[in-house]
Amino acid sequence: MYVIVVGSGKVGLNLSRELIDKGHEVTLLESDRRRYLIVEEELEHAVQYGDATELWVLERAGIQRADLVVAVTGDDEDNMLVCQVAKEKYLCERVIARVNNPRNLQHFKLLGIQPVVSATDLILRLIEHEVPRYGLVHLLALEEERLEIIELEVQEGAPAAAKRVGEVELPQGSLIISVLRDGRGFVPTADTVVEAGDQVLLVLDSGLEEMITPVFAPD
Amino acid sequence: MFVLIVGAGRVGAAVAKRALARGHEVSVLDEDPLSHERLVEVEGQTWEDAGGLFTVGTALEVDALIEAGVQRADVFIASTDGDNTNLTVSQIVQRRFGVEKVLCRVMDPARAAWYAEQGLHTISPTQHAIEMFDQALSTEA
Repeated sequence: MYVIVVGSGKVGLNLSRELIDKGHEVTLLESDRRRYLIVEEELEHAVQYGDATELWVLERAGIQRADLVVAVTGDDEDNMLVCQVAKEKYLCERVIARVNNPRNLQHFKLLGIQPVVSATDLILRLIEHEVPRYGLVHLLALEEERLEIIELEVQEGAPAAAKRVGEVELPQGSLIISVLRDGRGFVPTADTVVEAGDQVLLVLDSGLEEMITPVFAPD
Repeated sequence: MFVLIVGAGRVGAAVAKRALARGHEVSVLDEDPLSHERLVEVEGQTWEDAGGLFTVGTALEVDALIEAGVQRADVFIASTDGDNTNLTVSQIVQRRFGVEKVLCRVMDPARAAWYAEQGLHTISPTQHAIEMFDQALSTEA
């Protein structure tokens, strides 16, 4: 795979190294002359000097044949525009953008840039996972497909507690896919009994959380 | 008309003053509070006394755009000193707030041309300079 990585900070440099180790062809782009010279000592011809928001810099890097463009500079505007141009002008099918300020996530979405990776957001999700609020954790959101996977802790006395999976009343468009109990997880059958204290994983159509949460965690 | 201008540099401030003098409602957003000084009117009247609005804030902050009146803007002008800021904020204003007329300054002629093809009204001072130099040269010869 040919990958163009934009921004040779810690993220970009480490990512490029890993990709090269895995046998991929990589061009790393860096717009700061001093940083470029440092990185060039290690990566040699795999790094090019230039501002990737300029079209000729992308073209020199061979954007026309890139399988993937990863924009991981510290500047959200740069990441957004590099990905936009890669997708829309050079028809590169896959882009990945780093979001530095989670408040800018909405702008990436608005410009149709996905997937995006936000370290702040990831850490927030991890914290949410460790300290679940209302017992609900979003594990995965497939935005294009409008599907989500969530995790809920079953409360004592909840409508679903002590019921067989087949009897738990769930809205259409949702399904219990896994039960976590005593440190291990399993895929339930219709006869599996949901116990208070279990963690259940559900796949659901986006937007159904509010109907599903009371079934497992009414408080 | 309500005109919102982001970036009160030489260009932005001059355009703002002209628009105000022409009787439009003008709101200026800039992250640097000192840029307000460029807006002081020649007759000694302050920008606010003349009816102008000024907000301190960053272009990508939706709250700042709203405070500056983006929701009722008829015209939006992106004239910060950063092409990337101008291109990003222009698209946000166009797509999210549906502002009808969005004008965007882009120094880089190549991107100004490509984004113009995508339907953004870009203005490239660099391209103008290139053409004027070229024209001056060709009349010399």
